[in-house]
Amino acid sequence: MSKSEKKYGDHLKLKKLNSIIKKNNCEKSALISTLLDIQSEYNYLPKEALIMVAKEMDIPLNQIYSVATFYKVFSLQPRGEHIINVCLGTACHVRGGGRIIDEIRRELKLKDNGGTTEDMKFTLEPVRCLGCCASGPVIVVDNEYHSQVTPKNVNKILKKYSDGRKVKKIIGSQDKNA
Amino acid sequence: MKDIDKFKQKLSRIRKSKAEESNRPCIIVSSGTCGEARGSKEVFLALKNVIKKYKLGKKVDIRLTGCHGFCQVEPIIIIHPENIFYQSVQPEDAEEIISETIINKNIIDHLLFKDPNNGKKIKLEKDIPFYKKQNKLLLKNNASIDPFKIEDYIGIGGYSAILKVLSKMKPEKVIDTIKESGIRGRGGAGFPTGIKWSIAGKTEGKKKYIVCNADEGDPGAYMDRSILEGNPHSVLEGMMIGANAIGAREGFIYIRYEYPLAVTTIDAAIKQAKKYRLLGKNILGTGFDFDIKIVRGAGAFVCGEETALMASIEGKKGEPRQRPPFPAERGIWNKPTNINNVETWANVPLIINNGAKWYSKIGTKGSKGTKIFSLVGKINNTGLVEVPMGISLKEMIYDIGGGIPENKNFKAIQTGGPSGGCIPKELLDLPIDYDELASVGSIMGSGGMVVMDEDTCMVDVAKYFLSFLEEESCGKCLTCREGIERMLEIVERITEKEGKKEDIETLKELGEVVKDASMCQLGQTAPNPVLSTLKYFENEYLAHIREKKCPAKVCRALISFKILKDVCNGCGACRIACPEKAISGEKKKLHSIDRKKCIKCGICFETCKFDAIDKRAGSD
Repeated sequence: MSKSEKKYGDHLKLKKLNSIIKKNNCEKSALISTLLDIQSEYNYLPKEALIMVAKEMDIPLNQIYSVATFYKVFSLQPRGEHIINVCLGTACHVRGGGRIIDEIRRELKLKDNGGTTEDMKFTLEPVRCLGCCASGPVIVVDNEYHSQVTPKNVNKILKKYSDGRKVKKIIGSQDKNA
Repeated sequence: MKDIDKFKQKLSRIRKSKAEESNRPCIIVSSGTCGEARGSKEVFLALKNVIKKYKLGKKVDIRLTGCHGFCQVEPIIIIHPENIFYQSVQPEDAEEIISETIINKNIIDHLLFKDPNNGKKIKLEKDIPFYKKQNKLLLKNNASIDPFKIEDYIGIGGYSAILKVLSKMKPEKVIDTIKESGIRGRGGAGFPTGIKWSIAGKTEGKKKYIVCNADEGDPGAYMDRSILEGNPHSVLEGMMIGANAIGAREGFIYIRYEYPLAVTTIDAAIKQAKKYRLLGKNILGTGFDFDIKIVRGAGAFVCGEETALMASIEGKKGEPRQRPPFPAERGIWNKPTNINNVETWANVPLIINNGAKWYSKIGTKGSKGTKIFSLVGKINNTGLVEVPMGISLKEMIYDIGGGIPENKNFKAIQTGGPSGGCIPKELLDLPIDYDELASVGSIMGSGGMVVMDEDTCMVDVAKYFLSFLEEESCGKCLTCREGIERMLEIVERITEKEGKKEDIETLKELGEVVKDASMCQLGQTAPNPVLSTLKYFENEYLAHIREKKCPAKVCRALISFKILKDVCNGCGACRIACPEKAISGEKKKLHSIDRKKCIKCGICFETCKFDAIDKRAGSD
């Protein structure tokens, strides 16, 4: 373990991390909530943060590791700048959600139905149903919903994010240029 | 004067002022997650700006509410007091809505709903076919209250049930009322709620817990989300009544992190209820202590199973454990715990206010009350539907759902999520009822209904659910962990042109073993999608295995694309669109697809405006 890790990683804005852990009074039942908050702050679960959670909340590190790997939302690896959630709920599936994810994978050159691009621009994370079944297939990029996506307009949506331009919501059937 | 009497007066004051407000014109913008996805917030802001422009701020109210159910035509707005229903509203319509409808009292024709059957324009929500057969006991309030305002809930009679309980009903009486109402758990298994409560009530224990299960993990189902987003106080009130009856002092709401808006609304509702002293210590001076905490899930389907959910609340990984002991005896931290689903809790205040008799008149012999379904998939009117139990699948699909888009043929309806099954068209007269659905190999589940048409491949559907369950199995039981994986391998092989004739028998046998030998409901019901598709659609499996064809033209290895020589005019659109550069041809001349390069993504098929590309069952 490096020196910095021993000190729980100085780069982690310690004060912030501390306040996240303390927010839930270190109650053991708040472990999942605490990890969710840490992930939303740092975009993933840094190892040093988990070590600190173990110490402050008095929970064995192996238990924290088992929780962090059991629940799908947690990532132990740094994630990309933009998070793409592709809905793979049943309604989106029967409307062709599988083809959307295939197309995104192809565009981003990702091997699996998930993962981060080499340039750390995008992380693809499929989710099981966002409950927007009327608008399927749905993808969410950085918390913005795009409905009625077709393989054809995937490229267009991704391009807007990778260009870093302000993105206007693309709605399949209503997007006149699609 | 007692605290409780003071509170009663406060409620009547709020109701009086709300009643006065209701005479003013009010624009209601439906804005659940689904509405937001289609731009309801933008519509709201545009309307607000126009109201400001015309200086109407003091004369016209505008309100964001939860989902109204008819997701297909979102963004929806309703204009009170006339109840004018406008659909598919865009921000650019705001000017016209204010100047024409609000100021000049004219109806805007192009925003009205058009009945697809006769082309007539419909002005009021209640006249729209989608709503006609519904009985919206729970969902109707979504269309009138601002979920962030407790006063709105009080205005429609909210919190009178808990007042009734605290002032004149003993816990036994409350439990008896719930028992007599006949309500069964809305989460999936359909256990009678009153019996659950009475066991938890009778179990000795200083500390007891109640839980609201909002881990709505079934893909294609979002009833619970809609209640939490649209009317969170109804759930809180139900939980208060339950806690008081059972003797619990602490409650948890376990909610998926995938529902950020619902987390926000329920969190705000708890804070407001605390302000009104409806939560906390010595509630309204009656000596009743009760508090509610929110616990967010983190993306694990199995946590909807109650023992796994409890482990997750304790901060552990969500692995189920053996029952008995049931949660009512040994639940969270080994204390008696009562768990009900969101929709069940939301029904409780209704039952207390109107009585068990009233409630038990709705529905069938074994299934009482109304049930909310999410009607999704290949259906014209997608949305949330609240109907009395006992309505037939046919009425659901054709009268409410408006049938299948593009006049395609109906194939099956999938109920109960990954634990449920697919029901074919021969059984469409089946009444929707816990026992009837179970009798045909499916389940009620939490209320997801996914409609499938001729373009849906049933082998692919089975593969979809198996891959879902394989990922979601916690891995504790061998049969579930390994059995589902083996079944998935077989089905994958079938869809990849490698099916063998013995596969069907092996699938059936494996399915029965996984069913019999797994510990929790996830494993016990996991083979349902495969077994029910095998039962009703064996022919499709056989076509994949013997003829190496996918009749619905879905499974990539078993389809092919061909450009029709008499139709292709050589416009080149497909050639440009093809991501693999598999299409070649000179301008204005017949194009062709290079089979070796083609990945069968179907983009050419979608791009061609002249129907010159033929999608075929069979790979050659």
